Amino acid sequence: MTSDDPRPPPRRSFFGALGPNELKGLFWQVLVVGIAVAVIVFLWSNTVTNLSARRITTGFAFLGREAGMPIADSLLAYNPKDSYLWAFVVGVANTLRVAVIGIVLATIFGTLIGISRLSANWLLSRFAAVYVEVLRDIPLLLQLLFWYVLMQALPAARAAWRPVEGVFLSNRGLILPAIPVGSPQLWVLGAAVLGCAAFFVIQRWLVAQQIRDGKPRPAWPFALGLIVVLPVAVSLLLGVSWTIEWPELRGFNFVGGLTLAPEYFALLIALVTYTSAFIAEIVRSGIQSVPRGQWDAASALGLRRSFMLRQIILPQALRVIVPPMTSQYLNLTKNSSLAVAIGYQDVVSVANTTLNQTGQAIEAISLIMAVFLTISLGISFFMNWFNARIALAER
Amino acid sequence: MTAITDMPDLPRAARRPQIGNPVLRWLRTNLFSSIPNGILTVVLLAVLTKGVVSFVQWGIANAVWFAPANDSSACKAARGLGACWAVIPEKYRFILFGTYPFDEQWRPALSVVLFIALFFLSTRRALWRRELAYLWIGALALISVLMWGGVFGLSFVSQDRWGGLPVTLILATFGLAFGFPLGILVALGRRSKLPAIRSLSVLYVELIRGVPLVSLLFMASVMFPLFMPSGFNIDKLLRAQIAIILFAGAYLAEVIRGGLQAVPRGQYEAADALGLSYWRKHRLVVLPQAIRHVIPPLVNTFIAFFKDTSLVLIIGIFDLLTTAKTAIIDPAWQQFSVEVYIFVAAIYFVFCFAMSRYSRSLEATSAR
Repeated sequence: MTSDDPRPPPRRSFFGALGPNELKGLFWQVLVVGIAVAVIVFLWSNTVTNLSARRITTGFAFLGREAGMPIADSLLAYNPKDSYLWAFVVGVANTLRVAVIGIVLATIFGTLIGISRLSANWLLSRFAAVYVEVLRDIPLLLQLLFWYVLMQALPAARAAWRPVEGVFLSNRGLILPAIPVGSPQLWVLGAAVLGCAAFFVIQRWLVAQQIRDGKPRPAWPFALGLIVVLPVAVSLLLGVSWTIEWPELRGFNFVGGLTLAPEYFALLIALVTYTSAFIAEIVRSGIQSVPRGQWDAASALGLRRSFMLRQIILPQALRVIVPPMTSQYLNLTKNSSLAVAIGYQDVVSVANTTLNQTGQAIEAISLIMAVFLTISLGISFFMNWFNARIALAER
Repeated sequence: MTAITDMPDLPRAARRPQIGNPVLRWLRTNLFSSIPNGILTVVLLAVLTKGVVSFVQWGIANAVWFAPANDSSACKAARGLGACWAVIPEKYRFILFGTYPFDEQWRPALSVVLFIALFFLSTRRALWRRELAYLWIGALALISVLMWGGVFGLSFVSQDRWGGLPVTLILATFGLAFGFPLGILVALGRRSKLPAIRSLSVLYVELIRGVPLVSLLFMASVMFPLFMPSGFNIDKLLRAQIAIILFAGAYLAEVIRGGLQAVPRGQYEAADALGLSYWRKHRLVVLPQAIRHVIPPLVNTFIAFFKDTSLVLIIGIFDLLTTAKTAIIDPAWQQFSVEVYIFVAAIYFVFCFAMSRYSRSLEATSAR
């Protein structure tokens, strides 16, 4: 932070010669810190008196007690007899579930819209512009309530819409066909991940070789072998079955398949559409920031368009895109707390119920803040690392 | 990588001669420049036409525009086929002004007009002078008198009866008016060379920016009473306002810090050479330049606050969104929430769109 200060650092004079400036600085610091400490002590003593007057014991002991609150839609197994601590963990998992999937979808969708805005097709670019302008200028909470009302207005399960075979849209939410994933399937997925990682390493090695002797080496045989053949071979060896489980209507509800509850689905749609409008603008300005000369120079070298985009344009655009993208990811994660308005039980919602049931306001709110600070720091660290990796290596 | 950027811009290909019908030429270059582009145009046109036609059918052709007071039978008959805009004339007074006494609703209406006039005057570059600050103070005082009353023969209206659009505008405007000086102080604190002040500022900004606004509002509504001496309690609206000011302060501080960083070092040194004190240096030399740099992002931050004030719904304060949500609790009109939400969305859109246009025009003039 000191590097922001344009003035040269002051001479180190500790206890030695305290000049008038140092004395003034010391005075201001003592004053400000004194005020801050006084305010905190004042609030703290009030809180202690108020809590003892209301007979609320502070501390996190309540986390061990039985929660007794229902959580309808959760990623982790939960029943109301579990402790408050577990309810919190389930809430955090629900927050992460919507945030992670939301970030992935918003990035894909936002990038598509951003590229569409630059399209030579007038109709497409106008459509993207209207999309961005409308969604950015309406509060997210209003959009969320709107989607939720639409979800509730959908037909009942028996009259569900079936846009595609096996996909049902009703007031029970969105029901999709699913492939049940057990441990044999996980082995295959693991092999695929391992193959991708190995391919990534080999590709870097191939590029390093090419930089050394200038001979191009094809990477596709490795891609084919590691990313396609390896998982297929593992799947065949273990005899894993990949049967799709089709949802079907039994009585008043659906059996099988993957169910996205209306609350979750509405929250996901609202977060993805809203954030993608901002991401679209970021992607657009990132691509526009690459000077025309770069495109011209790349075509003058006779590079293929896909190679040009991947190796010339994108690396330069990413430098402009990544920092604001990080704050959009943080915004999406923080905005997922609006779930409390429609009753999707994320961590804020669980904390709110806990607060109402136990009266442990300070503890519940500190837990929310701790969770979000941790997630925010995690995303910031990852994105800073990524940003440092793609940053311009200047001489 | 860097070697290529030094290449001069190559001359663009000579323009093709302009022949043929200009409409056809426009169509060819903008919609049918290649086969995939042509296919895309046709598909998009089909989808958009279908969307627009069904929206027009629902929203205009089959819509019910007026209905007798408190009678939604016509709307219920058209349900699923057409929109029920009749819910708006039925409920607009409640949506716009909440539970403010019905006969006195000219006061919040006048306040809204004053707010809009204030925003409009603030966008005039010719008026960016010291007098504008006095104008703001005067207008905000006048709005307080109008809303509260109790003087000049106006009856007193307690703030728990306020609601709707004025509350949204009050939360956003006062949030900015108080958050802005706070943001300047914190931004200066974050760049200060005094370690204690710097770390306090960093702690404040990072703590507020790291947590969702919802949790700050919860804090304001649930924890604030615990923080205060017993018997001392302030109104819920004011507590939410404080939370929004603290929230705005942290975000504005980061924007202003960006502006401070853009002021060249020579300006600081020149001010020092003139022997100006720290405060005079910033007031007279640094801040005017810094703030001028960041006016477009400041407007964008203001748009974000304007939208974020809707979050007070979660702690039950009657802003525009809450009054809209409450208006459709009425069983007769319960099924027509989509129409009410579209109406409120249009109000928010008008405000935010005007601000974003303004921000863009500022960027265009400053880029020149």
